[in-house]
Amino acid sequence: MTPAAVFRPAWAAWRRDSAVPLLGALLLLALPPLAGLAGEPFLVSSFTRILVYGLAAVSLDLILGYGGMVSFGHAAFFGVGAYAAGMLTHHAWQGDLPALFGGPLAALPVWGLAILAAALTAAVIGAMSLRTGGVYFIMITLAFAQMLFFLATSLEGYGGADGLLLPARNAVPGIDVTADIPFYYLCLGLLVLFLLLCRRIVDSRFGLVIRGARQNRRRMTALGYPVWRYRLACFTIAGAGAGLAGALAANHATYVSPDLLHWSSSGEIMAMVILGGMGTLYGPVLGAAAFLLLSEFLPLLLEAAGFTGMKEHWRLLFGPLLVLVVLYGRGGLYGLLAGRRASRG
Amino acid sequence: MTLFLEQVLNGLQLGVTLFLLAAGLTLVFGIMGVINLAHGALYMTGAFVMSSVTMSTGSFLAGMLAALAAAAAAGALMELVVIRRLYRRDHLDQVLATFGLILFFNELASILWGRSPLYLNTPPLLQGLVEIIPGVAYPVYRLAIVAVGAAVALLLYVLITRSRLGMLIRAGATHREMVGALGVDIRLLYTLVFAFGALLAGLAGVMAGPLTSVEVGMGESILILTFVVVVIGGVGSVRGAFAGALIVGVTDTLVRAFLPGLLRLALPPASAAGVGSGLASMSVYIVMAAVLLWRPGGLFPAKGSRA
Repeated sequence: MTPAAVFRPAWAAWRRDSAVPLLGALLLLALPPLAGLAGEPFLVSSFTRILVYGLAAVSLDLILGYGGMVSFGHAAFFGVGAYAAGMLTHHAWQGDLPALFGGPLAALPVWGLAILAAALTAAVIGAMSLRTGGVYFIMITLAFAQMLFFLATSLEGYGGADGLLLPARNAVPGIDVTADIPFYYLCLGLLVLFLLLCRRIVDSRFGLVIRGARQNRRRMTALGYPVWRYRLACFTIAGAGAGLAGALAANHATYVSPDLLHWSSSGEIMAMVILGGMGTLYGPVLGAAAFLLLSEFLPLLLEAAGFTGMKEHWRLLFGPLLVLVVLYGRGGLYGLLAGRRASRG
Repeated sequence: MTLFLEQVLNGLQLGVTLFLLAAGLTLVFGIMGVINLAHGALYMTGAFVMSSVTMSTGSFLAGMLAALAAAAAAGALMELVVIRRLYRRDHLDQVLATFGLILFFNELASILWGRSPLYLNTPPLLQGLVEIIPGVAYPVYRLAIVAVGAAVALLLYVLITRSRLGMLIRAGATHREMVGALGVDIRLLYTLVFAFGALLAGLAGVMAGPLTSVEVGMGESILILTFVVVVIGGVGSVRGAFAGALIVGVTDTLVRAFLPGLLRLALPPASAAGVGSGLASMSVYIVMAAVLLWRPGGLFPAKGSRA
């Protein structure tokens, strides 16, 4: 070992690693004024979507990247959160709900119940799915999500397959959420809080058990940990996170529909995690940005490049692109920026 | 009673369609350890090629042959270009890469055939009804599907348990390295098996063509049902796929046919219809959950599978 290696300062690697999330947070903070200056205020709404899907993708990364649980049904929890928020808001507006909700459209109880509903759904689905593993787990989570999708399409009282329009966004004390920019900052704040929470979870003793179980479940069991319970708890937390994202999505669009629970939506959230870098927590936010910006601008690019007929067929390019990323780009965008491969736990 | 018999036959017909898909999916998984989400795209390919060739030539037979060839070719191409690189990867990579393939195939189909569904008539030879027991008439075409499905199941059984290729397939599933060491061209074997699975999916698409609307996305809705079949039967087991397919096909059809009527006894008609159709769509998933609680490995867990 050369002396140079010994005295290599630890921050050389550390700084670039933590600079990316900080820089990202600054950019996101500065986005609304920048969009205003650029004369493109619609960008705020686009980026709110990115924040919301980023939140869902981070919650998936918790079980996918750290827990090794390949859930192909994450959109179910997202959709349950959205539908719970939508239904409660619908009934609160109609005056069906008692005053215990503190005003007709208060966000706190509505979102809280949405999170709770998603967490309960995740606990039930997880309890059954986590009895199995590997490819079974993928198929079963997908199948249960599809079951909830059919349930949503059969809710005739809430619009059935057409979905349900919300009367308004839920009121948050001190923030005018009806305007796009305050709502954007609210979503950003919640995303940052959730990221910090996930960071704590991953680095905690609980997180170590989860990561250990991904590498070798039998060893963790032999060490005396009730692995199934730990994994179920992690799955439930991820479901709760997705439920919050769903409630925000319902508020952002003031609309919920069964499409939120569709299997392709699960695939898209998963694609965001992988695009951004699995097992990095911050990466999935990048992935959500990349995915949603591509889906918004790839059609425009195709049109600008003269392929007018191809405009609506941008997926023809996106599909192979995803295949290439899976085959050759394992670290994801975060790995590219932070200069390291995804740690995968 | 006659209605019940008809619905059971309808269920069997859905069951054999599901079996054709599940057999390919489970073979590919059992032997190569690959979970292929794009299997439904091959089913869609079969249905679309069948519809367009039959419509332009007027011959059902020509459409069928073209569709089977197209599905097998698409499968072989898929294996050579993408799937081959996924054998040693984990399931997550396989799921995502084949998800990318679905996006590609669906978009390609919507460019080639448009977004509006195609409808196809049953072939003239198989039109009309036949009296199966006195007083009960049933469409010939649907009976033919059940017969073809049963024949394929039998053929597969003989192929896998009695033929040399089947021996290699079984050996490849459990002792991959040893088969390679004995001088068998594993890569060729894999491509063949994959193309064969694609052929079966294409056949399912061909047969479903005249019964359902042929449209983009038809592959995925049935693929998820196929997953339920494979999970119930046991991943990697063809026998399990057969049992699972019949269970799912019959359950889904019977519940869909009779549950709304039963609910009407207890609920007001309007809500009975809504709740009934919702519950009917969910029934097979409930069956799956019950099977999993009872036997987490499915009804016929395959030996040596890497599930």
